[in-house]
Amino acid sequence: MKGKSLISISDYTKDEQLRILELAKEFEKKPTQTLLKDYVVSTLFFEPSTRTRLSFESAVCRLGGKIIGFSDTSSTSVKKGESLKDTIITVANYSDLIVMRNPVEGSARFASEVSKVPVINAGDGANQHPTQTLLDMYTILQTQNTLDDLHIAFVGDLKYGRTVHSLVIALCNFNCTFHFVSPVELKLPSAVKIHIKEKNLTYHQYTEINDVLPLVDILYMTRIQKERFSDPIEYEKVKNLYNLNKAMLVNTKDNMKVMHPMPRVNEIDIDVDDSPKAHYFQQALNGVYVRQALITSILGLK
Amino acid sequence: MIKKELIVSALENGTVIDHIPSKNVFQVIKILNLENYANQILFGINLKSKKFGNKGIIKVHNKFFKKEEMNKIALVAPSATLIIIKDFKIIEKTQVQIPEYIEGIVKCFNPNCITNVEKVVTKFNLVPDEELKLRCHYCEKITVKKNMSFL
Repeated sequence: MKGKSLISISDYTKDEQLRILELAKEFEKKPTQTLLKDYVVSTLFFEPSTRTRLSFESAVCRLGGKIIGFSDTSSTSVKKGESLKDTIITVANYSDLIVMRNPVEGSARFASEVSKVPVINAGDGANQHPTQTLLDMYTILQTQNTLDDLHIAFVGDLKYGRTVHSLVIALCNFNCTFHFVSPVELKLPSAVKIHIKEKNLTYHQYTEINDVLPLVDILYMTRIQKERFSDPIEYEKVKNLYNLNKAMLVNTKDNMKVMHPMPRVNEIDIDVDDSPKAHYFQQALNGVYVRQALITSILGLK
Repeated sequence: MIKKELIVSALENGTVIDHIPSKNVFQVIKILNLENYANQILFGINLKSKKFGNKGIIKVHNKFFKKEEMNKIALVAPSATLIIIKDFKIIEKTQVQIPEYIEGIVKCFNPNCITNVEKVVTKFNLVPDEELKLRCHYCEKITVKKNMSFL
């Protein structure tokens, strides 16, 4: 994987994905090392982020690397109208690896084509967010000891949630059974379902969360995003449809874990947080190990 | 009919692009960059056609296109026939085919795609389907025929 940019989850084969997860396990055991002592990583965030940016930066810092970059564009030449191409060519001269989040779809692929150093896509609009997919896979593996033959429920906004789309596509390589819970207007797009059908896997669709609770190994909750609705009344109708609370966990499987890409609003009540089935903060922590694995692989250090 | 025959055979050496939908003749000229071609070019619009009722035709003197170059026009003229003429004789007659990979020509319909935000040449891969569908190399969104516009 040396020198190979990661833009879309499908840029990496199943074996390459599994290798990253394997490596992440090593970093979980020993997250503080000096592998990146002589390296500079740039983090270019053209839009806000808490977990993604900070976990990338934490991953680099814990390995002894240096970070340059920005978390918003107000103090950069982007504000003066500098093109993405010029920004990337410049930053590629200053660092060994570029991590970028940009609201423009396809910007990461373009950046990887003009950059002389590898690029990791930390989210390009509604398109791809492959490191989230890898850390989600790692979390599932961590809690279930396997990625194969699991029953996985996705709840909430399945239409616009890019994390859901990429994870479903990635899990199609592992013989999973999918349970999709969403309001009718936020159903999983057929472009994603095609991947499930191609692999002859089974999926079920629901509008009630209670129907899936006893069935699944993983309950992947998502936020219904207000900004996706042009009509505020439509948003009001669906915003409180799925609120998971502690009492609802009673009839779930013992091995069941609740995941969420975060940030959450009200779809998981805070009383779930101290349940052993709550795994979303651990999930966010796993982002550090997975990103350490990815960065060191791409730089050819592992 | 006789007149049409004369128009086609009047070319000594070069390429005839036949059976173009009349309204797309100018697009074909643009796609093949014939606007900047120095030799003689003749074109006809709203000619009678047995097959299509109405058609356009372009004749380019002393020019033989590469197959990939020619296939680009399949997006706007999927029914087009190419006729290669040497010494007034038809040497080869072929149908255009939509290419697997397209660079430039088509605009990505996603307004939030990098190709619509910055100066980036569009790239598409043909999605295997009965209907014409192109997947953007950058934003990965699919542009279908009814949303297709040309650069």
